[in-house]
Amino acid sequence: MTELATAPARGRWKFWLTTLLVFAVIGAAISFPILRKRMKRTAQLQQQSEEQARRELIQPVPMNPSDPRVKAELFWLSDADSSMLAPVVVELPLSGDPVLRSKQVLNTLLAGPVDVELRTLPPDAVLLAFYILPDGTAIADFSEALATSIPSGIQSEQLAVDSLTHTLEANVPQLKRLKILIHGQEVETLAGHVDLTGTFAVNVDAGPSPANPAAGPAGAFFVPALTLSFSTVKLAGR
Amino acid sequence: MLLDVGNSRRLRFLAIAGISSLVVGGAVMAVALETFPQTQQAPGAATLPPASAATTGQSGTQAPAGSPPGSQPAQSGFNIVVLDPAHGGTDPGARGTGGIQESEITLEFATGVRRALEQQGFQVVETRQGNENPSFDDRSAIANAQREAVFITLHIASTGIPGTVRVYVNSDLPPLTAANGFIPWDLAQAPFLGLSRKLGDLVQGMLTHQFKGSPDTAQTAAIRQLRTTAAPAIAVEVSSVVVNDRADLDHMVPGVAGAIARGVAAFKPVYAIAAPSGAMP
Repeated sequence: MTELATAPARGRWKFWLTTLLVFAVIGAAISFPILRKRMKRTAQLQQQSEEQARRELIQPVPMNPSDPRVKAELFWLSDADSSMLAPVVVELPLSGDPVLRSKQVLNTLLAGPVDVELRTLPPDAVLLAFYILPDGTAIADFSEALATSIPSGIQSEQLAVDSLTHTLEANVPQLKRLKILIHGQEVETLAGHVDLTGTFAVNVDAGPSPANPAAGPAGAFFVPALTLSFSTVKLAGR
Repeated sequence: MLLDVGNSRRLRFLAIAGISSLVVGGAVMAVALETFPQTQQAPGAATLPPASAATTGQSGTQAPAGSPPGSQPAQSGFNIVVLDPAHGGTDPGARGTGGIQESEITLEFATGVRRALEQQGFQVVETRQGNENPSFDDRSAIANAQREAVFITLHIASTGIPGTVRVYVNSDLPPLTAANGFIPWDLAQAPFLGLSRKLGDLVQGMLTHQFKGSPDTAQTAAIRQLRTTAAPAIAVEVSSVVVNDRADLDHMVPGVAGAIARGVAAFKPVYAIAAPSGAMP
C-alpha cells in the first residue's frame, strides 16, 4: 500500500527536479553571456580608468601666467615644403625649470599648429612623463599613439623625431640628448623605420658627458644603446 | 772533476740553447697568430662566402660583422648587391588606399631592381623572396656575411609627393674605438658611412634625373635596418602608398630599378676598403 503511494510521489519529485534543472540550464544560458559582457565591460572600464588616472596624473603642465613670456620656437612641417621642418615662433609663458619648460614646449608641439596639415606628431599622442638625467639626457615617455598613429615611413618618422629634438634644442639649452620611450618601454623603432634604441642629439655643442663621450660635439646625431637601465630610470622618475 | 766541469758547461749551454729556441719559437708563433686574421681577410671578391652562409648576429654583442675595413690595398671588385624588400609577414608596413601594402610593393620593386642589376652584371642576394619577415639583424647578417657587397633596403612611404623617390643613409654614429679588428654589431655601419653617402648620392642623382621633384642628394635618418649593416648601405623610399591607382606605383618600377642599377654601377669604381680608422676615401 505504502509502495503504491510513494511511486506517484517519486514521479512528481522527478518531474519537479527535471523542471528545476531545465530552468537552471535556461537561466545559465541566458545569464552567462550577460555576465561575460559585464566582465568585459568592467575590464574595459578598469583599463579606461587606468588610462584616465594616468592622463590625470600627467595633465599638461599648465602655463603659469607669472612666468616670463618667451618667444618659443616650435618645429612643424614647412608650409612651402612638407618634406622639411620650419620654426614657428610662439610667445609662451615658460618656466625656468628645464623639466617644466620641456613639458610645456612639448605639449604645445603635440597640440599642433593652426594648420593641421603641418602636424609632425599624431593628435592623440600624449607626453606621459619627462625627466632629465644628471648627464643631460632627457627621457620623454609618450603614449602608444605616437607609434601607432604616425604615418609609417622613413621621412614621416624622422620628421617627427626631428620636430621633438629641434624644439627642445631651441628652447631648453640644458639638454644634450633625447631618449624616446613608448608607454614606459624602450622600442626598437618608432613605426618600423626610425631607430629608437639609442638617443638623439639635442644640443650638440653642450659638450661631451662623462656617461657617453661619443655623444658630444663630434656631431653624433644618433647614439645607439647607452649603458643606462631605462627601467630603473622610469621607476625613479615616477 | 775536469770532466764534471765540462759536462756542467755543456749542460748549461744546452739549457740556454733550449730556452732560446723556445723563446724564438714562441715569438714566431705569436707573430703568426697576430697576422692570421689579416691574411684570412686577404682574398678578394672571387672567394666571397655564399649567401646561405649568412651568420646571425645578436644585437648588443660583438660579432665579426662582414668584412671590417683592414689594412688591405684599395680594391674595387665588389659584385654583390644585397636587396632588402622591407617589412613582410605580420608586418605589412605602410598601408594605403585600396588595400595597398608596403610589404607587397617592395617585393615587386625588388624583382625589378634585381633584373636591372643582373643586366649590369651584378650578383643579387635578396633578404626575402616571399611574405616572410626576417628580423632587422637577420637581414643585416645576410649582407654582413658577404665580402664587398652593397646593401639596399627598399621602402614605400605613406607621405611625400607621389612619384618622387628619396635615398637615405644612416645618421652619424660614434666613431669606433675597438682596435681588435672586430666591429661591434650595433655600430656595424659606422666605418662604412662615408661610402654609404657616396653610394646614396650617386643613386639619388640617377633617381632625381628620372623622377622630378626628388631631392638632389641623399638624406640622413636614424634607420634601424642600416645601423647593423657592415657594408655601404642605403634606403630607397618611394612615395607613396597613398595613390589613386596601384598602377601608378607599378609604372615607377622600371624607372626606379634602372636608376638604382646605374647608380650602383657608377659606385663600383669608388668602392674601396678604407683605413682601419674608419676614414672613408
